[in-house]
Amino acid sequence: MSLYDWLLFLHLIAAFLLVAGLVAYAVVVYGGGEAVVSRALVPAASALWNAGGLGVIVFGVWLALEVDGYELWDAWIIAAIVLWFVGSGAGGQLGAAMRQGTPVRAIDASRRLVAVMALATLLLLLDMIFKPWA
Amino acid sequence: MGVMIAAIRPGHWDLPLFLHVAGAMLLVGALVVVVATMAAAMRNGEGVEVLTRLAFRTLLIGVLPAYVLMRVGAEWILSEEGVPDDLSWIGIGYGVADGGLLLAIIATVLAWRVARRGAARPGGAGRAVFVLAALLVLAYGVAIWAMATKPA
Repeated sequence: MSLYDWLLFLHLIAAFLLVAGLVAYAVVVYGGGEAVVSRALVPAASALWNAGGLGVIVFGVWLALEVDGYELWDAWIIAAIVLWFVGSGAGGQLGAAMRQGTPVRAIDASRRLVAVMALATLLLLLDMIFKPWA
Repeated sequence: MGVMIAAIRPGHWDLPLFLHVAGAMLLVGALVVVVATMAAAMRNGEGVEVLTRLAFRTLLIGVLPAYVLMRVGAEWILSEEGVPDDLSWIGIGYGVADGGLLLAIIATVLAWRVARRGAARPGGAGRAVFVLAALLVLAYGVAIWAMATKPA
């Protein structure tokens, strides 16, 4: 396997972890917020979202530097980095509140935060595949 | 030395590729939720009824629809470009997808039985749901490797 193969594989795996964390958060928040469900899913959701988010940005930037046809200042890559910050900001707020043990129902705007995370992730995926302005 | 873009593809692949990848991501995400809920049900013995019902619903309205999305996207890409299906990475994808569907259906039926029984412990069927979902996550990890690296 070439370095490009490894980077693409790790970038993809990280993206799958990120989405798995998002799905777990969505089940907790939109599924009624029962305490037993929160206890079962929040640690996994937090770990997956954080590890996936870190992997996506690290291996994504590394790929952009490695591949001759990509530059960090390409519009679609800048858009991806902005979307990553938007999603990470919302996920960071939600994760911090949940790690403190605040019940989901008591977290202001938990549904809005998950919606922002989901929208940012969806737009990131669209951006990665359609590569607008590339 | 940098590499030239190895992922150049025709523009008309974009929509089916998006459906394929989005479906695969939702599929793996839903399977991870099943693994985590069944693991908690087996470990704590607390809220077993709620957790097994959640695992069943996640399999039924998360895993199976996401599988359809992933598979439709894959078939659409293949039909657009006529990629030979004897390539090993495509064979791995088909193998994981076909075998995975069977395992996902078995897991869904078992989860339905556990949820309907409403017992205080998940029992053998609950453990089987956990093992099947965990195996599926691992298998899809192999499929992601094959799709990303396209071994000859």
